[in-house]
Amino acid sequence: MMDIRLEGIAHSYGVTEVLRDVSLDIDTGRIVCLVGPSGCGKSTLLRLIGGLERPSQGRVLQIGAPPEGCLNPLTYIFQDFALLPWRTVRGNVSLVLEDHGIRGRKAAPIIADVLARTRLSDFADALPKQLSGGMKQRVAIARALAVNPAVMLMDEPLSALDSQTRELLMDDLISLWTREPFTAVYVTHNLAEAVRLGHRVVVLSRRPGRIREIVEIGKPLAERGYADPDLDRVQQHLWSLMREEARAADEELIDV
Amino acid sequence: MSDARLETCPMREVRFRGGGFQPERRRWIGVAVFVLVIGLVEWGTRAGWISALTLPRPSEVLATFGELWESGLFFAHLVPSLTRLAVGAALGASVGIATGMLIGLFSYMRAALVPVIAAIFPIPKIALLPLFVIWFGIDEGSKYALIAFGTFTPTVVATYGAVDNVDRTLIRMGQSFGLSWLSIVRKIVLPGAMPGILSGLRISLAIAIILLVAAEMLGAQYGIGAYILEAGSLYDLERLFAGVVILSILGVLVSMTIGFMEQRLLGWRT
Repeated sequence: MMDIRLEGIAHSYGVTEVLRDVSLDIDTGRIVCLVGPSGCGKSTLLRLIGGLERPSQGRVLQIGAPPEGCLNPLTYIFQDFALLPWRTVRGNVSLVLEDHGIRGRKAAPIIADVLARTRLSDFADALPKQLSGGMKQRVAIARALAVNPAVMLMDEPLSALDSQTRELLMDDLISLWTREPFTAVYVTHNLAEAVRLGHRVVVLSRRPGRIREIVEIGKPLAERGYADPDLDRVQQHLWSLMREEARAADEELIDV
Repeated sequence: MSDARLETCPMREVRFRGGGFQPERRRWIGVAVFVLVIGLVEWGTRAGWISALTLPRPSEVLATFGELWESGLFFAHLVPSLTRLAVGAALGASVGIATGMLIGLFSYMRAALVPVIAAIFPIPKIALLPLFVIWFGIDEGSKYALIAFGTFTPTVVATYGAVDNVDRTLIRMGQSFGLSWLSIVRKIVLPGAMPGILSGLRISLAIAIILLVAAEMLGAQYGIGAYILEAGSLYDLERLFAGVVILSILGVLVSMTIGFMEQRLLGWRT
């Protein structure tokens, strides 16, 4: 059991303030979706949670110990998959085990298991260039599962995929979660994904990002379907919260 | 669209505008160009519209080459040259790759070494030959050093450029899975930089062959460079060309070897 608590997180890049006073609890076994207009700092927040960046203020706390056999408590799934193109599917999964001294015969059952869970067993020896986008992201999910994470940090994992593949992968994620609930922070700009996968949806305001509202969705993941009327209502509500800000964010000049 | 329109309006097929701008593999064209040029020179020298002073007759160059082969001097010249090339280039390329990696990985190294590399890159290494003779002696040492030094700088520049071009998201991924620094360098940075390093090697090794001749200008009795220079000073064009052809073939072989390595090592590229 491991929860994550964010306490008064604030972050700026130089003079640009991206996050202001974000406090949030991420409970075990639940999926928290972060949504917000583009540039609201949601991806930055995810990098802060996983320790890829240091917050300017506030702290990220791990509460409780990660489960036994957990090799990498905070594990990312990236938008662009981040697979090593020179390694096969098996090699990409093996990469994250090698540093823990798990190779060869010890690694084989773990790799076989995660590839089976992501329906990739037949493609173990394929190179990433041979795979479709959806399969690449499944490899990335398999790689994340291999280290038995306490929390999955998913940064727009479906945004690089076409809408049909996205539907299929959402089903995959739901069935993975139903079989074995995992904790996840899921960043997306797609409200349909947020209401399908999130137990809680955290709406951030535009830059500097603050929490505007937290929406709880009670309906069990397994019962949520494509074009679900209950979810549509939640999605409408989320959109009404975001609409004006999204427009304003869209018209903002980028100063880099 | 109604049939009436089809009958009354002019109709033509859409013109194809795509195509081109896509290199395709064409076998034997390269060979055909060689055959054509050599055949033309042969014809010209025989017919008389190319004088024997301008260009030697290809068949006579071949005959000279045959003599060289039969006298056993061919290998006497080739072996020392290949040794110098191999030792010098291996030394220069490996130190170059190591230095390039250091520059690519450490900001202090970059700040310290990039200006130094920029300063020594444009120096014609041949100009430093007397210096190398003083430092490393007139024997093989100075020849190795010249070739090594000449291959070193382009390899460094190609390597740190290649390291800079490694996909940062892959490195971020490695860090996020808690990979050690050494693992990230060995399993992500080095393979990711390999395409750039190999294309850099193509240039460095060609430079190594150029410098081979320069290195053999001083105190070399045997070697292709020595052979060419001797022929040159006697204005023996047949022998000069026989030597030059050997260098060209060497260049083609090196390029083919790198092409083969690219196929083997970089099959993952799309």
